Amino acid sequence: MKKLLLALLCAPLVAFAAGAELHLDKAPDRSRDFPALQNGAKIFINYCLNCHSASYFRYNRLTDIGLTEQQIKDNLLFAADKVGETMTIAMRRADAKLWFGAAPPDLTVIARARASEFGSGADWLYTYLRGFYRDDARPTGWNNTVFANVGMPHVLWELQGEQEMGPDHKLVLAKPGTLKPEEYDAMVADLVGFLNYMGEPMATFRKELGVIVLIFLAVLFVFSYALKREYWKDIH
Amino acid sequence: MNALQKLLGWVDDRFPLTATYKAHLSEYYAPKNFNFWYFFGSLALLVLVLQIVTGIFLVMHYKPDASLNAAGVPVAFASVEYIMRDVEWGWLIRYLHSTGASAFFVVVYLHMFRGMIYGSYRKPRELIWIFGVIIYLALMAEAFMGYLLPWGQMSYWGAQVIVNLFTAIPFIGPELGVWIRGDYVIGDATLNRFFSLHVIAVPLVLVGLVAAHIMALHEVGSNNPDGVEIKKKKDANGVPLDGIPFHPYYTVKDIVGVVVFLMAFSVVVFFMPEGGGYFLEFNNFFPADPMVTPPHIAPVWYFTPFYSILRANTVNFFWIDAKLWGVIFMGLGVMVFFFLPWLDRSPVKSIRYRGPLYKGALAIFIVSFFILGYLGMLAPTPGRTLVSQICTIIYFAFFALMPIYTSLDRCKAEPERVTG
Repeated sequence: MKKLLLALLCAPLVAFAAGAELHLDKAPDRSRDFPALQNGAKIFINYCLNCHSASYFRYNRLTDIGLTEQQIKDNLLFAADKVGETMTIAMRRADAKLWFGAAPPDLTVIARARASEFGSGADWLYTYLRGFYRDDARPTGWNNTVFANVGMPHVLWELQGEQEMGPDHKLVLAKPGTLKPEEYDAMVADLVGFLNYMGEPMATFRKELGVIVLIFLAVLFVFSYALKREYWKDIH
Repeated sequence: MNALQKLLGWVDDRFPLTATYKAHLSEYYAPKNFNFWYFFGSLALLVLVLQIVTGIFLVMHYKPDASLNAAGVPVAFASVEYIMRDVEWGWLIRYLHSTGASAFFVVVYLHMFRGMIYGSYRKPRELIWIFGVIIYLALMAEAFMGYLLPWGQMSYWGAQVIVNLFTAIPFIGPELGVWIRGDYVIGDATLNRFFSLHVIAVPLVLVGLVAAHIMALHEVGSNNPDGVEIKKKKDANGVPLDGIPFHPYYTVKDIVGVVVFLMAFSVVVFFMPEGGGYFLEFNNFFPADPMVTPPHIAPVWYFTPFYSILRANTVNFFWIDAKLWGVIFMGLGVMVFFFLPWLDRSPVKSIRYRGPLYKGALAIFIVSFFILGYLGMLAPTPGRTLVSQICTIIYFAFFALMPIYTSLDRCKAEPERVTG
């Protein structure tokens, strides 16, 4: 007690100060837009799945978002033989660590892991994938606005072009890419939509089921309350 | 006599089935004036059963293995995602269990608060209260060890922080830490022993304690919002005048409570299973990595008041290290509840008849408990530490000064019979 009082007297009166703020752009919701999710899956498999695995996600789960097993086999199955396999990669982790300094993380649940008080995981990814800029101080030549000193180079740079950090801490597009800025944003939104779906594939069904469960419980409440009233009418 | 009655008679000659049913349900007389606060005992029992049943199914698929699989992910972490994706209804079982952990603490905290406002710990219910506090302690151990099992970053580093607290104990501390972990760091040995304790040892203790808690309750009878003993006024048959049989009256009433609880519970399970990052911490979706310490390690919300008390101790004092003071005060913060029946000197039990001193003290205590809980989730700053120090003082002053303010308080007279 005494020492606490002592601490109380000595403690400097510093106001509640918040930590570093992180401003994230809101990711467009793609959770019920199957063509967008399919496009996101295609981008993920083409651009991400060379270095990053998604080792809890099975290819044939993509039937959730409207693809047939034959479509998956014909168009998306590059890194695996069977449609029931998970999205693993051929690169060995020891090699990856040697080449990049750290093994690229598995991305299956990245959209859940990146959520924070500043926004959803999708918001973080949407801002991150649009936040790469040229930085000669970095070994890869790239830096990022939300992930400072990121190890990953800008894999999508041919599509977006090259951004540079302007004097007012705003990004400017120094060299345009093959996509217009709004096309690039839409493509990233699809990719993030897919990552978000992959983080919890049952999320849409979960919410639908929840509505049914709540309706059931509401009906049960009416009956259970009537039963209680019936029993208790002779008590009070 | 029909066949069913014959069978019952046969059983009753060999096992006290009807006697037990009467003693605990149909002829257990509970006060008729239970209010909202009296739902949480039966709800705690419901959540205990829910946790055990969902836990049994989770154990069928979960693997307590810290080694890395071919994709470089710890097997334990991957097995949780396997449950979430490849096990039929696994996602639902897992969310019921993870939400159930938080729900358990919600209902237990409300149940304890009920005991405090109506003086349910007072004579002759001291043992019920003591069993209850031990249940709360066992629940904390159960939750802490269960939280390691998903083997995410918060699992790992949270366990690291808590086990390190034991190393602050003089002389035996460092060896004790190694003994608990089974290793010099949190590792596969720790994961396996925590799994064993979480699924076998602590649940056994919990179930036994809950049985003792209920047996002690049914021996002395339930308290009520008026804090008067219904057993003092009985009719010719020895039945308390203000008592009603637990079954059917409170069974049908508790069903309503269960349905309302399940609605709130389902909202979390189906629409916000992470509970905004409070029930499932976002950082725990990163697999445990002993090489990467997260910048901010926060325990789950139900431990945060005590975590704040721990961190509020910042000064070395009496040749004792600030860390050890923190551990001592954190331990005391939980243990002090044991002494509540003897600290309270008020002539009345229920808050309805207590004076302004107790009401004020309790209100300030609850507010500081919430502030401590809130601050425990945030990274410390000098300002926050100061506030948590003030709240820690209030927390302990509530108990330390209780004999004084409860005996000075101007209480109203208790009624002869229950009201309402």
